[in-house]
Amino acid sequence: MWKFFHKLASPPHFYQFAGKVVPWFAFTAIACIGYGGYAGLFVAPADYQQGDAFRIIYVHVPAAYLSMMGYSIMAISAGIGLIWRIKLSHAVTAAAAPLGAWFTFLALATGSIWGKPMWGTWWEWGDPRLTSELLLLFLYIGYMALRASIDDIAKADKASAVLALVGAVNVPIIHYSVEWWSSLHQGPTLVREGGPGMVSDMLYPLLAMILGFTFLFGALLLGRVRTEVLFRERRAKWVREMLLDDGGTT
Amino acid sequence: MKPRQQRMLAVGLTVAGIAIAALLTLQAFKENMMFFVEISEVEKGNYPDDRNFRVGGLVVEGSVQRAPGDLTVAFDLTDLTSKLTVNYAGILPDLFREGQGIVAHGRLNDSGTFIADEVLAKHDENYMPPEVADSLAKAAAAQEAISKQDEK
Repeated sequence: MWKFFHKLASPPHFYQFAGKVVPWFAFTAIACIGYGGYAGLFVAPADYQQGDAFRIIYVHVPAAYLSMMGYSIMAISAGIGLIWRIKLSHAVTAAAAPLGAWFTFLALATGSIWGKPMWGTWWEWGDPRLTSELLLLFLYIGYMALRASIDDIAKADKASAVLALVGAVNVPIIHYSVEWWSSLHQGPTLVREGGPGMVSDMLYPLLAMILGFTFLFGALLLGRVRTEVLFRERRAKWVREMLLDDGGTT
Repeated sequence: MKPRQQRMLAVGLTVAGIAIAALLTLQAFKENMMFFVEISEVEKGNYPDDRNFRVGGLVVEGSVQRAPGDLTVAFDLTDLTSKLTVNYAGILPDLFREGQGIVAHGRLNDSGTFIADEVLAKHDENYMPPEVADSLAKAAAAQEAISKQDEK
């Protein structure tokens, strides 16, 4: 078990391993999103209050979940990178930031589109759930801006890892915002006492979409980490050998 | 202590420190973090009287009165303990209906009526087709009838 992780932390092994895993992740993502998208749009019944408008939940909830999951991954890998000085860990943090930012943007955009017809507003300043999610987007952007402003990769890794750790405090705030304070946003549907507040015809497509988005995120993240590793190790022997090898065969 | 353990301690203390700082800040601004004021708090006078604020509650069944010919509407809001009358002129969201949770933005006038300049609808966290909602409502009504009979 530990041997596997030690091996994985070495860039060439990770590069090979991730290359093998990515297609499987991508395939699972396509299958889950295909089923979830079809069942969510055509099989699931319309909601008793919101009619067909509730169907945007099949994009909104997975995107919002991954916006927080993305930041959690960043904070954990930043912590591991700082403590154990693992370069690959910093590469994961750096690669996750733009992905997380896009999923956050998607959650905010779909939430806004959903909010207009249902609540009657695109955006409400001062709502704790909306504001904390917007803060998450700014944290992602701030992280990327900080990285971009430092040329030395090792220094950029350290400084931005601290920012990633500090910002992690916002993730539980987003999650509990609708329980701690009064909000326009409704409380949690899936993770709550007494089980999910959804009939199974609506629930299963949503779970499939969440699973599919997670594998999509995984595939995109691993692909981005591979590129990041390749760039960081561009002067290493294994990269040259691999490229020469490949050049010879194709 | 080994350097690695020192770094572990530094990271742990940083995260813990930030978490405590955030917790204290949020606790201090608890009032301001609330998106709306409950109706019973308005009755007690716990609302900002120098600026507009939001109230949230359920629309009382049978209280909605529309003026013929324009968009003016009056209705009562309740949090099941207190009541507040709201006046509003404008377009209501689709989900606005009796029994629905709504949030109104505006201020109290001298006679204690809330003059709203914006009305937003909340929806709950339950999703189901209309048939299920109907049968749930019927079951709840039947339950209520039984408990009323028991009282007698």
